[in-house]
Amino acid sequence: MGLEEKLPSGILLTSVEKLAGYMRKGSLWPATFGLACCAIEMMAVGTPRYDLARFGMEVFRASPRQADLMIVAGRVSQKMAPVLRQVYDQMPNPKWVLSMGVCASSGGMFNNYAIVQGVDHVVPVDIYLAGCPPRPEMLIDAILKLHDQIANEKLGAHRVAELREAERAGLTAKPTAQLKGLLR
Amino acid sequence: MIALPTQLKGFGVTFSTMFKKVVTEQYPEEKKPTAPRFHGRHVLNRHPDGLERCIGCELCAWACPADAIYVEGADNAVDERYSPGERYGRVYQINYLRCIFCGLCIEACPTRALTMSNEYELAEDSRAKLIYEKQDLLGPLLPGMAPAPHPMVEGTSDEDYYKGHVSRATPAQEEYVAARDAAADEAGR
Repeated sequence: MGLEEKLPSGILLTSVEKLAGYMRKGSLWPATFGLACCAIEMMAVGTPRYDLARFGMEVFRASPRQADLMIVAGRVSQKMAPVLRQVYDQMPNPKWVLSMGVCASSGGMFNNYAIVQGVDHVVPVDIYLAGCPPRPEMLIDAILKLHDQIANEKLGAHRVAELREAERAGLTAKPTAQLKGLLR
Repeated sequence: MIALPTQLKGFGVTFSTMFKKVVTEQYPEEKKPTAPRFHGRHVLNRHPDGLERCIGCELCAWACPADAIYVEGADNAVDERYSPGERYGRVYQINYLRCIFCGLCIEACPTRALTMSNEYELAEDSRAKLIYEKQDLLGPLLPGMAPAPHPMVEGTSDEDYYKGHVSRATPAQEEYVAARDAAADEAGR
């Protein structure tokens, strides 16, 4: 992006990270992307009663090029998946995805051939929200948890180190099929 | 200048709104209580002496339209008793990324082991974190309860539990739990 990506790691980069995180979380603009019933609750969050403007997020942008956050609200059908991916690709970096409701997060009760079993098959998801549909308070709660993530996001050299660490952990992690928990 | 009165009327609405009460809920700071029967996160209940109510019958899993519940029952042993009667739920998982909070599991439960709370703040950054295991779902130990496993109240059967004849853990049960924890500590050292 800019200068902040080329700073050496140290006190300067840490301060820039904090400032950038604070600014990014303070003006997170969501893309208008309602797919089903969850979109009704998403619209309710924009109304005066819940008032997303309190967090600087009231402008649901009609163009993905002006948006930072994609709230995937509703079930994603196989036919919608490429559209979803295109909207995501058209958003400028940095960008985040909130998977709202059980259908978007895992397919929910629609465990069938028509529905993508979780949007993380298509786009990287930053926060998952349960509920069918989640009440507006639940969405605000998820957005605030995402704000915390954004405020602590790393930049430049720190980001590279973080990604390398995540990749190393992913390669050494136990495959999901071998996880047992309490199962015998 | 014919349009002026209607324009004034319009601004009148805007002006009078300034004196109305604000409808905005200050959500994270002030949480308005939900309706009392709101369907929130599940709770696995306990009997008044701390034994678990779940008998591992899997009726909740069968009732679930989204296949969000996974139960694996096991037999109670004499020296390891989790619930009154024969069986208990050894594995109990609810996947909150499948659960649609319809409450059919609550209707299906024959022992009122599974109920719903009004808690709704369920957002995490990974799918695995939203699969709740038994230890996440079990209700808190209230005063008078001793943590399972421990024997039933002396001289009672499982029927007495369901008829409400057990009100709290007896001294014998509490002694058993203390001895069990001491033995576990000894083995851990």
